[in-house]
Amino acid sequence: MSNVSVRGLWMEYPNQVVLERVDLEIPSGEFCALVGPSGCGKTTFLRLLLGEERPTRGGIFLDDQPLVAEPGPDRGVVFQRYSVFPHLTALENVILGREFEGSRFLGRLFGARRRAALAEAAAVLEAVGLGAHTHKYPAEMSGGMQQRLAIAQALIRKPKLLLLDEPFGALDAGTKVQMYELLLRLWAEERMTVFMVTHDLKEGFTLGTRVLAFDKVRVDPTDPGAYGATITYNLPLTEKKAVRERLVAAD
Amino acid sequence: MRRIINRRPGRGGILFWGALPFLAVAMGYAAASALRLADNPNDKLLPPLSAMIAAVQRVAFTPDARTGDYLMWVDTAASLHRLGLGLGVATALALVIGIGMGLVPYVRAGLSPFVAILSMVPPMAVLPVLFIVFGLDELSKVVLVVVGVTPFLIRDLAMRTAEMPREQLIKAQTLGASTWQIVLRVVLPQMLPRLVDALRLSLGPAWLFLISAEAIAATEGLGYRIFLVRRYMAMDVILPYVAWITLLAFVSDYLLRLFNARCFPWLRAGKGSS
Ligand SMILES: Nc1ncnc2c1ncn2[C@@H]1O[C@H](COP(=O)(O)OP(=O)(O)O)[C@@H](O)[C@H]1O
Ligand SMILES: [Mg+2]
Repeated sequence: MSNVSVRGLWMEYPNQVVLERVDLEIPSGEFCALVGPSGCGKTTFLRLLLGEERPTRGGIFLDDQPLVAEPGPDRGVVFQRYSVFPHLTALENVILGREFEGSRFLGRLFGARRRAALAEAAAVLEAVGLGAHTHKYPAEMSGGMQQRLAIAQALIRKPKLLLLDEPFGALDAGTKVQMYELLLRLWAEERMTVFMVTHDLKEGFTLGTRVLAFDKVRVDPTDPGAYGATITYNLPLTEKKAVRERLVAAD
Repeated sequence: MRRIINRRPGRGGILFWGALPFLAVAMGYAAASALRLADNPNDKLLPPLSAMIAAVQRVAFTPDARTGDYLMWVDTAASLHRLGLGLGVATALALVIGIGMGLVPYVRAGLSPFVAILSMVPPMAVLPVLFIVFGLDELSKVVLVVVGVTPFLIRDLAMRTAEMPREQLIKAQTLGASTWQIVLRVVLPQMLPRLVDALRLSLGPAWLFLISAEAIAATEGLGYRIFLVRRYMAMDVILPYVAWITLLAFVSDYLLRLFNARCFPWLRAGKGSS
């Protein structure tokens, strides 16, 4: 289970209100697409979910527990850039989560446990279509490959929430379609709750089971920072959700 | 005619153009030396190559009449020992303090004003203090090298660490890493090659501090010898010594570069073959 509730959330920076009066109930397993004009606070909202920032007022609850105020393994993340470690090969990037988990002082696995982690990671890389590139460094991969790797890396700790910040913004149209298929398949398999920021409305409607639109409802022309954005539309795409659930159940 | 910015020398061309300044200096020296010697056969200022070879023969391959040592090797060993010790300590300090400052906000808050001020203290000005506190032998020379290069190494490493994309640190935390694990698996491996580069840049200053300390108080060492024979205007010894120090510095720089290329293959990944 991984339902998210946001209650009375405000987020202010020193001379600017970014988010105001955000209330949200997201049942477990939804795929939320976050859309809205640039600079309205989508990334900020994601950072709040991640625990990188704390809300000025209000709170976020994961399964009715207040969210831990720093990033942790229950929340995976894929950024637009810099999501993977440049000094590790694809395989090493993916087993890193297991190594952190299994070796507190060295952060490294050896022997049979390492072989088990490597086998698991190889399977995950195969699943995201990087089976032939396990020994490449990120700098030797294309943008789409790096994002696949970032997703594979995020999934190894089986997070309850997967947070994606414009993950496909820099990819070409063909690669995007491949990535959509990959992401939907993984989402159905892992049954996690996904929040994905996108500036592409179409992408949001293609992928999401719910579209959340952020925008300012009040604007003070003399002081643009006086009011923040809130969720202006919360559109559950119920039909799509039902179809997906039937598909998953049939598998 | 293509523009000059688009014209590149070939392999042979690179060798030729690279060798040209060396040849020019060598020929200029030989000509000037020959002119002065024609005037005065006992001229000491620009000794001919033969005199320098003879001098090297004397200091490097003949035991010293008084001590029975091969002076140049004794000097080299003493200087390299001091330099290596000093740079080793400086590197270790920089690694701990620099990464701490770059990564942990409390360490940064506590140390960065202090280090910023400390790095402005001219090391040569505190050399007398070092002599008084640590005595005239080995320790004070090693300490001068440490004092001279550590602040630079710390600040460079702290800046590089702080510059790491925030995303990487967040990402590591979402993979369940503790601070210690982040240091060990994410920060350290990426900062080591940066530290090696910073070390390469501080080789020059390190030699400067070492030679200065040796010039003032020592009983052996490359700097000591140069300043000792200066009294007799023994250019035939000084010039080969300078060339030798330059060669040592050049080789250590090269070895450090090789170390980076060998140990951190990811640095060059995706950059083609250049
Ligand atoms: N650390 C910060 N300090 C001050 N203001 C910030 C900070 N981060 C973001 N902002 C401001 O918050 C607003 C929302 O930013 P962001 O969440 O990145 O927008 P989006 O992702 O929707 O394009 C912007 O106006 C930005 O200038
Ligand atoms: Mg954004």
